[in-house]
Amino acid sequence: MQQIPLEQALGLSALLFAIGAFGVVIRRNAIILFMCIELMLNAVNLAFVAFSPRSGVQGQVFVFFVIAVAAAEAAVGLAIIISVFRHKESVDIKNFSLLRW
Amino acid sequence: MLRPYVPLLVLLALSVVNAIFMVVLSTVLSPGGATKVKSAPYESGMTPLGNPRERFSVKFYVVAILFIVFDVETIFLLPWAVSARRLGWAGFAAAGIFIFILTVGLIYEWKKGALEWD
Amino acid sequence: MSFFAALGRPEVLDLARQTHYFWALLPEIVLTLGAMLVLIVDVIHKGDRSEPSRGSIPVLTLAVLAATALANTALFGLRDVSANGMVAVDGFRTFTNFVYLVAAALCIAISMGYLERRGIMKGEFHALVLFATLGMMLMGGSRDLIMTFIGLEVMSVPIYVLVGFDRMDPRSSEASLKYFLLGAFSSGFFLYGIALVFGAVGSTNLTYIAETLGTGTDHGHERLLMAGMALTLVGLGFKVAAIPFHMWTPDAYDGAPTPVTALMSTGVKAAAFAAFVRIFAVAFADAGAQWVPVVWWLAAVTMVGANLVALTQGSVKRMLAYSSIAHAGYLLVALLSGGDTGKAAFLFYILAYTVMTAGAFGIVIANSRDGEERVTLEDYAGLGLEKPWLGAAFSIFLLSLAGFPLTAGFLGKLYILRAAVEGGQAQLAVILVLASLVSYFYYLRVIVVMYMRPARSEGWHAGAGLPLAARTAVLAACVVVVAMFFAGAVPMRWAEQSALSLWRQPAPVAASPAPASLFR
Repeated sequence: MQQIPLEQALGLSALLFAIGAFGVVIRRNAIILFMCIELMLNAVNLAFVAFSPRSGVQGQVFVFFVIAVAAAEAAVGLAIIISVFRHKESVDIKNFSLLRW
Repeated sequence: MLRPYVPLLVLLALSVVNAIFMVVLSTVLSPGGATKVKSAPYESGMTPLGNPRERFSVKFYVVAILFIVFDVETIFLLPWAVSARRLGWAGFAAAGIFIFILTVGLIYEWKKGALEWD
Repeated sequence: MSFFAALGRPEVLDLARQTHYFWALLPEIVLTLGAMLVLIVDVIHKGDRSEPSRGSIPVLTLAVLAATALANTALFGLRDVSANGMVAVDGFRTFTNFVYLVAAALCIAISMGYLERRGIMKGEFHALVLFATLGMMLMGGSRDLIMTFIGLEVMSVPIYVLVGFDRMDPRSSEASLKYFLLGAFSSGFFLYGIALVFGAVGSTNLTYIAETLGTGTDHGHERLLMAGMALTLVGLGFKVAAIPFHMWTPDAYDGAPTPVTALMSTGVKAAAFAAFVRIFAVAFADAGAQWVPVVWWLAAVTMVGANLVALTQGSVKRMLAYSSIAHAGYLLVALLSGGDTGKAAFLFYILAYTVMTAGAFGIVIANSRDGEERVTLEDYAGLGLEKPWLGAAFSIFLLSLAGFPLTAGFLGKLYILRAAVEGGQAQLAVILVLASLVSYFYYLRVIVVMYMRPARSEGWHAGAGLPLAARTAVLAACVVVVAMFFAGAVPMRWAEQSALSLWRQPAPVAASPAPASLFR
């Protein structure tokens, strides 16, 4: 069966990663920032799968690890966002004195 | 050149059709339209009190975290289960260690009271 | 170590056999079990959830760290002949493991008393420190990029929580959110870099990558590899806090509870640097033409920028944060110097840096009070006269950070300079010296204020001090800092041997069947 060319899959992955990275830079809502970071991780997953036919089945195994790590990060990250929300009643990083970058 | 995308296209079409199908089906099968009384939140037949967008208790969140732990566990156990015979006792030991560590986490949550709902 | 041999430890490991991983990972296994033990013992001991943990928890934690250090000695003299193990079995890993354990033990020791005062005496703190230490050991000792990534996350996720551990303090929570968002962002870059390197070379095994690049065969994916290296560099740059990837550092260090700041600026940095050495100075060594100029500028900008900004800081805690960024620059110089002398200088300096930085944060803790951090320069006025021991200890740590003679910092910088000159990085050596001269000003300013200016008010320093265990740890750190100057040859010889044993040394030209050639 014919396969989707590597270049196209990689291009999609790079595009998704760029959208995620760009979102982190321009958005101001902590939850959306976090979603953008998750998008970046999933773009990487796509790249791993795309490389898999050529570089070996390892690529697909890595995706499992990335999913598990992303889940752990999500659990901790959302807990941190809740604890900040309790102080500030907001998740907009404009309202945080420390979070100017 | 676009041939490899045909399965993707089929998947896309199927999901769109499925979504439309479900929306249409529920409108066709549902008995009668929405009135103001019907769309009000149900509160034992009384007039609703307070803001419906009340804040959640953090307990829901704790349960969600618990769910994540055991949800992600399956993505490691399933591939092992599929090839358990080929991996032999070494694979069994590895899976056992993995489950042991998760169990320690569960004991912690239990003792911490995350499983109680009072 | 005949003790471990008696327990059945093989002389030569072959990681193709899965049971041999038990020996290769012995310290990590001990640490994992110990961390879980601390977690469970604490939660079972507590009758009521809101009551603070018992005083035995820190003691148990220190015992776990000691047991891990003992298990770590099982790695002495161990060799690995496999081609594609997930974990490196070499002296470099043994040495850096000790550094992380020292950092964690100092963090736990100086947290005694501090946690009670801030009302955050919870066993989770100690368990999280242990899990973070586990992550450091996995990250710094990995021989596979995926393993490095998992180690990075096992280290970072507990640290995100630890930074925000004081939930009642909004600054702690905000610092945690900032560190989390930028940390997760940077690990995204690191992971994408791994994916591209995997695509270009066909493997994530560092030995395999080094060999593929070393043979100079055109693998036809030059651009993919370049992009992968660049993204990996960005991710590691964030973790070691090199300028321009440092923007999270001052705020996260400032907002975090001080023992966590000590751990972040020592253990986390050491682990990130160990991974940096393994990935760049070893695996990508033969692609040096591409990354060396970039890291050169990173090192130069970091040294100059961090020292200049540190001059303007009014808070001692923030000043130490910028000082730790500056030290990342010095360590980058050691990394760039290449060769065994560069790596040995790196190991010596990371050990000295860990001890002196953790000690300095111990004094910052000694000067804090209930619900009050007392970190401004004025808060330290008169400390040297009213509390001579605290003043003397802080002076020793600051002088060592500045690199004055009679301290470990001086010898460490000397070794880095020697390696830099030998490695053909004389320009960087000059920048390092000039940047250090600038740094003298802000380190010495604190000492001058401590001794020359009167305290804010009568009895201002009355409550300054540490509990016995923390005092002992700070005193020990002081002794080590001075002893490393007078007996510097001993740790240096150990560092040199460790650097020599880093896998993939250039193979001896004469193809003799010496066992050393197996030991890459």
